[in-house]
Amino acid sequence: MDLGGINPVILIATLMASAVPILLAALGETVVERAGVLNLGVEGMMVVGALGGFVIAVETGSPMLGFIGGAVAGALLSLVFAALTQVFLANQVATGLALTLFGLGLSSLGGQGYNGIKPPPTGQLLPDALADLPVVGPILFGHDWMVYFSLVMVAVLWWVLKATRIGLIIRAVGESHEAAHALGYKVNRIRLMCIAFGGAMAGIGGAYLSLVRVPPWVDGITAGAGWIALAIVVFASWKPWRVLIGAYLFGGITVLQLNLQVAGSVIPVEYLSMAPYLITIIVLVIMSAGRKSNGAPASLGQNFHASR
Amino acid sequence: MTTTRPELLRVEGITKAYPGVVANADGSFAISEGEIHALLGENGAGKSTMVKMIYGLVRPDSGTMTFRGSAYQPAKPAEARRSGVAMVFQHFSLFEALNVAENVALGMENPPQMRELAARIRAVSEEYGLPLDPSRMVGDLSAGERQRVEIIRCLLQDPKLLIMDEPTSVLTPQEVEILFRTLRQLSSEGTAILYISHKLEEIKSLCDEATILRRGRVVATCTPRERTAREMAELMVGATLKTPERRQGVKGEVALGVSDLSVASPIPFGTSLKGISFTVAKGEVLGIAGVAGNGQDELLLALSGELRSSADKVRIAGQPVGDLGPVDRRKAGLVAAPEDRYGHAAAPDMSLVENAFLTAGVRKGLTKNGFVDWAGTRRFAEEIIKAYDVRTPGPDVAARALSGGNLQKFLMGRELMQGASVIVINQPTWGVDAAAAAAIRQSILDRAGEGAAVVVISQDLDELLEVSDSFAVLNEGRLTRPRTVEGLTMDEIGLMMGGAHGMEVAHHAG
Repeated sequence: MDLGGINPVILIATLMASAVPILLAALGETVVERAGVLNLGVEGMMVVGALGGFVIAVETGSPMLGFIGGAVAGALLSLVFAALTQVFLANQVATGLALTLFGLGLSSLGGQGYNGIKPPPTGQLLPDALADLPVVGPILFGHDWMVYFSLVMVAVLWWVLKATRIGLIIRAVGESHEAAHALGYKVNRIRLMCIAFGGAMAGIGGAYLSLVRVPPWVDGITAGAGWIALAIVVFASWKPWRVLIGAYLFGGITVLQLNLQVAGSVIPVEYLSMAPYLITIIVLVIMSAGRKSNGAPASLGQNFHASR
Repeated sequence: MTTTRPELLRVEGITKAYPGVVANADGSFAISEGEIHALLGENGAGKSTMVKMIYGLVRPDSGTMTFRGSAYQPAKPAEARRSGVAMVFQHFSLFEALNVAENVALGMENPPQMRELAARIRAVSEEYGLPLDPSRMVGDLSAGERQRVEIIRCLLQDPKLLIMDEPTSVLTPQEVEILFRTLRQLSSEGTAILYISHKLEEIKSLCDEATILRRGRVVATCTPRERTAREMAELMVGATLKTPERRQGVKGEVALGVSDLSVASPIPFGTSLKGISFTVAKGEVLGIAGVAGNGQDELLLALSGELRSSADKVRIAGQPVGDLGPVDRRKAGLVAAPEDRYGHAAAPDMSLVENAFLTAGVRKGLTKNGFVDWAGTRRFAEEIIKAYDVRTPGPDVAARALSGGNLQKFLMGRELMQGASVIVINQPTWGVDAAAAAAIRQSILDRAGEGAAVVVISQDLDELLEVSDSFAVLNEGRLTRPRTVEGLTMDEIGLMMGGAHGMEVAHHAG
């Protein structure tokens, strides 16, 4: 079953786990952007979530509390963004970029005592009897609970945005804040809550990196995952199921290139390392080329002030 | 008849001040059940602020309101809706990327399941002769259909008082007739209607009572049927009105020629232009009518040079310019004034001097060796301010700080004072008070009298009939054959505008 030294079953199982951080962060950002807010600080919220999750998991010994801590840390940082853009009406692009730089610095500072320390392990959710089944075992049953959580979130957000009243209000606010305000919806309050949700999701994604994917702690642990999450939201036309496809595409290529490196591919390592970024961007361009309306929320990136 | 009906809403001594302006001062009036009551006044007279207070969007500084016998002071629109007050907005209350049912649900307190809501939308739309498909995207609907969405959104909540803010400004004459039939039906069922407009003929034919506002104060109440339109207009303006005079110029050779121009729209949910052809001679004013969203913005872009086509599709004085951009077209003698003041016609955060340079730099020679001639630009801006009576502290004020009407006067002056041979204007007097509108129309006629070819795109039919020599209608991106204005009737114009978009049928059936 090996193809050039790569086992496809293991490959699929690994890509599902490796895609979790960007999947969660991109889902959160999808909700934020659907509400009309462009938060470019995903990378910063992820890395702060990674630190918060790591510290709490190490100190308490509970990975579960660690993920909650990651969510809280990400949400708190996003509230800085929310206060600046929704209350003080600062420019969203500049504030988002600043948030990323701030988050990276903050996590370097806070993580200094933790270099090289390993967090408590997050185990596999289902019993070995299921996980040991051939082929379907590793792919469907062999994961930790966060992988299932991320998949459940895809379905939940799809359903909330499509079929519920709160989803309708979020889309309405992102589509035309003037109209939503005229109908009596509190535009900035709704956006603030979406921003906090996006921050929490990015924080959980970051915590998955520090607790599962790359322990022990290293500085700059996210390595650009937040930027890819932002790109995937656009590539997915702001739709949760397409976010899943985008995240798995990126995760798949990342895992594949690692495996190719191990298998001793003739392609130089440098090219393999840049492949996931390059291919994701190429796919993104192809997907969005030639389409007139790409489904972007009409008020995306515009601040709202109820002055009329 | 009015006296026998119980009183529904009484507004007493309502006052609302914003920094620098008093929007409403001590305003009082009353509406009884089933009455159609007009709120009449110029732009900025305080009509919109008044109804926003009734609808709970704005809180009055002082004064009281009584609704169905009890004190009424809604803190937010949801409370107003619960009390039985509904409002159809002039702009900004529909979501283009959502479908009809979703738009309706957003304006309701406790919307039912989508499937049930769709059924109720169908039922109500048939009952009132307003056909509408709940699953269609609002972005694909015509202006008239969009208004139906808003009306149905209100009707589903069984309102006691329906507020309508300038409902007919986007409709064809036939659509207006159908809207009025619906409103009369509602009134006979006991729903009161508060109708805001500055169109006097409409108010005469529809409304039972009228309250006239001027600069935030109630200046008169009257029964519109017993007054002439002129009497009401003078109450509204507080002065006698002057009609623009046409200076008879001699028509010369063709200055602007457009033949078979087709371009795709760059605007989401926009309308592409399909085979547009017309010519405008020197000294001629061509008026282009049409309901908003039928290609007006696109036509302006294609003429100004923001949208390019092949060279021979657009000709200025016989020279092909279709493939040239705005700067080269200005050099060739064409200036254009788009509709959107804040962002398209003007850079809102730049000063009037800077804005004057942005379009007039080329024709007025306001650069020296590649540097901006600020002294010359300032002189030009001051000339505009003086000639067009722009109320501003000075030319260094940001464009955003001017009121809509004042900025419009400045922008019109900027284009009209460049001595261009071809002038294209979209909505010259939108949001401008009557006296200023008359001044702008007069200067359009003056430029034509001096030999310029002018294209005026507008949704105000009275304005077009006043200034144009020839008349055409844009309908779904196609332009009708231009014809002379003399002898043109409202009915003919209505038919040129595409009638009522299939609405008559529904009314006969329902």
